[in-house]
Amino acid sequence: MKSADAFAKTRAEGRAALIAYLSGGFPSLADSIKAIDILIDNGADAIEIGLPYSDPVMDGPAVQRSAGRALAAGFRTRHLFEIVEAVAGRVPILSMTYWNLVERYGVDAFARDFASAGGAGLITPDLIPDEAEAWMAASDAHDLDRVFLVAPSSTEERIASTVAACRGFVYAQSVMGVTGARAATSAVAPALVERTRAHTDLPIGVGLGVRDGEQAAEIASYGDAVIVGSAVVSCYLEADDVPSGHQRLAELTADLAAGVRR
Amino acid sequence: MPQPGPHPSPRPSASPATPSPDSEGASRSPDVGGHWGEFGGRFVPEALIAALEELDKAHAKALEDPEFHAEFDRLLREYGNLPSPLYRADRLSEGTGVEIWLKREDLNHTGAHKVRNVLGQALLTKRMGKTRVIAETGAGQHGVATATAATYLGLDCTVYMGEEDTRRQALNVARMRLLGAEVIPVTTGSRTLKDAMNEALREWVATVDHTHYLIGSVGGPHPFPKLVRDYCRGIGDEARAQMLERTGRLPDVVAACVGGGSNAMGAFTAFLDDEGVGLYGFEAGGEGYDTGRHAATITAGEVGVLHGARTYVLQDEDGQTIESHSISAGLDYPGVGPEHAHLAATGRAVYEPVTDAEAMAALERLARTEGIVCAIESAHAVAGALRLAPDLAPGSVVLVNLSGRGDKDMGTVVDYFGFADTNGKGTAQ
Repeated sequence: MKSADAFAKTRAEGRAALIAYLSGGFPSLADSIKAIDILIDNGADAIEIGLPYSDPVMDGPAVQRSAGRALAAGFRTRHLFEIVEAVAGRVPILSMTYWNLVERYGVDAFARDFASAGGAGLITPDLIPDEAEAWMAASDAHDLDRVFLVAPSSTEERIASTVAACRGFVYAQSVMGVTGARAATSAVAPALVERTRAHTDLPIGVGLGVRDGEQAAEIASYGDAVIVGSAVVSCYLEADDVPSGHQRLAELTADLAAGVRR
Repeated sequence: MPQPGPHPSPRPSASPATPSPDSEGASRSPDVGGHWGEFGGRFVPEALIAALEELDKAHAKALEDPEFHAEFDRLLREYGNLPSPLYRADRLSEGTGVEIWLKREDLNHTGAHKVRNVLGQALLTKRMGKTRVIAETGAGQHGVATATAATYLGLDCTVYMGEEDTRRQALNVARMRLLGAEVIPVTTGSRTLKDAMNEALREWVATVDHTHYLIGSVGGPHPFPKLVRDYCRGIGDEARAQMLERTGRLPDVVAACVGGGSNAMGAFTAFLDDEGVGLYGFEAGGEGYDTGRHAATITAGEVGVLHGARTYVLQDEDGQTIESHSISAGLDYPGVGPEHAHLAATGRAVYEPVTDAEAMAALERLARTEGIVCAIESAHAVAGALRLAPDLAPGSVVLVNLSGRGDKDMGTVVDYFGFADTNGKGTAQ
């Protein structure tokens, strides 16, 4: 199942998609699988599994902490494929990963194993198309989506070249800053989405900073997908135990899912 | 800081050497994307690409602007105490069979070669119309140098420093604050240099419209490795001219310590096309290569991506960064500048580890023979040169870049040699 399948469905329903991010192996290997089930049960249209990395320069405190805990508990790259295999089939499953982990595994081998586990594709926050020759080849060979980022600071030329390299959707980084839930969504995001739309027919997902259903509804008014990450992992960071984290996650997801349907 | 004593050698009449497009041979230029062979490039969020492009253009323009050179030269000379002397270390050389010469970067303002990089980048920051710099620092030397240049040139300054390091280097935290900089302890990850760099990159994404990231070494995304090298290459340009003036010949060997590698790139660049000159980089071997507790990135690392560039990285089987170790905070980093990776891969330069014990023995020997207390980082280069000497033809000329002075390291020296013990004789452990 590819990203396009989810967007075909949401477009038919006349709404934006909800894409939820969770660090792989957090709060534990088994519970990250359980969490993804909760996300899907409560209305997530696609899942991004973050591959925990020692030096996540794009991420704010919540994602850093969740990834750090997964690594401390012994998370390995191969566990990603186990999670994907366990949850694939209902909605598209992507992974958001820093590039060194893919390169270390072997770009083609990673693409092969991710695809055979049932994964849809990769979102690569620190890989720009200019450096992506090996990934372009591997994603073609194994028929995977490749989602690159555009940012408020991107020039028109860079937006054009970036969307040309994307398959599945385009990830619009809506604020100049790291991941993390924010009280107010970005004022520059609608302009970025509009600029990006001028260069592509691909769906545009808007990420970084979404906290609740109200913000999701606001972004859903101009974006094709609302991407929520830090708020998701915070359900567990702020809960006393894993069961109450699951409970919080179910409530948050339902709120967000209602938001994209407003 | 104590003032340096009288210069041990006549100061050369030449101006401090600053980068010039005319002197840049093809062999040392990366491609347009910042690659030297398979190394370098840009592995950063798209949000930073516009700023990196702007920086690349501003730097290229500055290099061609005589006004920039005049101002940079003036600052280096009048403020930085440059050019630094080239000194023939006869007593250190005794019994080695070779002639060791020291490029005295330890006499620079702020105590190391780093003043070249910070003045260059601070000037560039002003030319770009930005009003603030941020920096990462490990032991605090780059932070102090950045705070110095920022306050001198009227820029706001924030320095990210691992919480662990702020405790170990409290005096440098105080120096930065005295200079007017804001110091932010970093509490993520291992709370050391690499995490300070992560935090500086995160902060830069959010403030890039008015803030320049004044990176402290020849690492990071393009154009930083080239830019920092260009501002540090005066070390080698000066030393090459000084050596020719004093001896009428080039050295047989140039030796420098390598952490990220700014002083070594600064020393090597002028000699890259001199085929007869051997280039040696000495990495931190820590407690020994086989203990796993070291920072010998080129010797022990494998190709990967860290902090925006493809280079050699100390990493585990999955590509997670491994913590490095060195008695010298300035070399304690699990990556290395991509141009060094390229010089190693092509064989133009040789990189070898020097252990903590070898470095401390060399530090003591230099102090006892020449009356020069160098930084522990620089002591790795001295130790490497001494180890190399028996393999060189008798009378060979070895140029060692003495990249910094040792005042900052006295706490470590006290612990290592047991000087706190009133009966301490200064014998190594």
